[in-house]
Amino acid sequence: MHVIEANNLTKRFGNLVAVDHVSFSVEEGEIFGFLGPNGAGKTTTINVLTTLLNPTEGSANVGGFDVEKQDGKVREIVGLVPQDLTVDEDLTGMENMMLQAKLYHVPTEVARERIREALSLVGLADAADRRVETYSGGMRKRLELAEGLIHYPKVLFLDEPTLGLDVQTRVVMWDYIKKLRDEHKITMFLTTHYMEEADILCDRMAIIDHGKIVALDTPQNLKDSLGGDIIELEFNRKMDDQTEKLSSLPQVKDVKKIGDMYRIKVSKGEKALPEIMEKMLEMNLRMGRVSLVKPTLDQVYLEYTGRSLRETQGETEEVWRRMRTLRRIRG
Amino acid sequence: MIKETMALTKREVKKWIKNPFLLLMMLIQPVIWLGLFGKAMNLTGLISVPPDLLNQLPQQFRDQVPVLLNKMISETFGGTTDYFTYMAAGMLSVIVLFTAMFTGMSVVWDRRFGFLNKLLVAPIPRGSIVLAKVSSSVIRGMFQVLLVFGIAFAFGLQVGDAFGILDLFGMLAAMFLLSLGLSSMFLAITMRIKSHETIMAVANLLNLPLMFASNALFPIKQMPEWLQTIANFNPISYAGDAVRAFILHSNAGFDLAKVVADFQFLIGFALIFSVVGILIARTGLRKG
Repeated sequence: MHVIEANNLTKRFGNLVAVDHVSFSVEEGEIFGFLGPNGAGKTTTINVLTTLLNPTEGSANVGGFDVEKQDGKVREIVGLVPQDLTVDEDLTGMENMMLQAKLYHVPTEVARERIREALSLVGLADAADRRVETYSGGMRKRLELAEGLIHYPKVLFLDEPTLGLDVQTRVVMWDYIKKLRDEHKITMFLTTHYMEEADILCDRMAIIDHGKIVALDTPQNLKDSLGGDIIELEFNRKMDDQTEKLSSLPQVKDVKKIGDMYRIKVSKGEKALPEIMEKMLEMNLRMGRVSLVKPTLDQVYLEYTGRSLRETQGETEEVWRRMRTLRRIRG
Repeated sequence: MIKETMALTKREVKKWIKNPFLLLMMLIQPVIWLGLFGKAMNLTGLISVPPDLLNQLPQQFRDQVPVLLNKMISETFGGTTDYFTYMAAGMLSVIVLFTAMFTGMSVVWDRRFGFLNKLLVAPIPRGSIVLAKVSSSVIRGMFQVLLVFGIAFAFGLQVGDAFGILDLFGMLAAMFLLSLGLSSMFLAITMRIKSHETIMAVANLLNLPLMFASNALFPIKQMPEWLQTIANFNPISYAGDAVRAFILHSNAGFDLAKVVADFQFLIGFALIFSVVGILIARTGLRKG
């Protein structure tokens, strides 16, 4: 069943097309990611799907409800972990959670139980009665995540869930997110501009650029679509151009010579490499250096957008918000 | 609707209680005004007849002069010869004005920090977001009015000889109506504003005229006619008037008719502005 469905979803702000005829669907229990630079339309897409904005064109369903016409129903079943830190610093973790429970009409008795559950899920049970002011950036983000879970949402939207967090904290956050999917079967839609994050978390992902989806598949398939791995090798002595000989080797798709180095494209690097090395020895070609380069999402991104994931200037407002969030997280 | 409003109001009040510094800052301004401005001006000293001039008058007039002068002052200043008392009563309205303005500004913070979006994603009636802001503003306003009244009392505010608990309630009722109307008005204005700069400009633009074009600090009668016209439409004048009548409630007399007229105006103001204000503010939460 498709939990999220977008058909030609478009959002314009004046002349700016933030989201441009985007179509995709997300299966139940799936973690689906939007990868793209700042200002690519990721947050706008989330805002439309979570009923904060109306689409200019096209339509979207969440849990079978139209985000524009049945926004009340959609709100009941979605949770949002926003990019900004919205937890209240002046209140304790518990008080923040209680407020959230009230906003989602969770009865107080049930809420207590769920809050305990959610807080221990994100490892904040011990800090529940401390003021959020005393929390670290990572703890605040986790509280934000716990808040999104209070009403057992069918779909959880995560807008840049690890923005500004340090590497260890980011890994911890990823574990919590995976746990949510594995143990609670929550469908998740997340946006990120970290390649690694998309690679580790997402079952399927879309690369979004200038409001358009330029590629959509599993991270592995996207990497495979590059045509496989690269074997880089150099010979142990100066030799004439061996491109032709190398091209004739089994499994080789393409050979490029850059200086003294040859870049050989193969589909499955681990399998191809021993075979190629054997053949080369048979042909009396001796190597001085060899390495296997696995394709990364960075290269995928490069392939599909024609440039590396840039830190482009978004809207002034967005840049401002991002800076503030970073400042607050890093305290 | 009511439950959500209460939960959100609780949040606002909690935030405020847990932030004593904020409370202190809010109080500093009126207290400084009271202390420096209110105490600096001595009405009975301002209009006194020099002793040598006084001595030239016949004895029977000489005793009458201070009485006459006091009566003139008292007439102008709504029944008191003590400027501090006069101004303290007006200051209560001003603090309600400031509180309402701060509430309006807090909307911009909520928007900027993404808290507003969190509320908008939740399945709650949009109106409850606005109502919670108004009610928390009224609660804060009332609390601060009582606090400033207490401080003024400690500084020497002279209540009328018949001042009683009912007058206190009457005073709070007037402040409540003013607070309801002003808070809704500010929210209607600020709910659509997205930047701090704009909101500061708007707040200043509204606040100072509202404060000065009223009887909060000076009697309206002394103002030029055009200013009187404005002051006569200013709810702060009516609230100030009513509050003074209650504070200066004396056995000698209580102008009930005037207080009733004040309340009629205030009730009308509160009703119209809260209904219209809340409706306008709600449109500020509509989806783009």
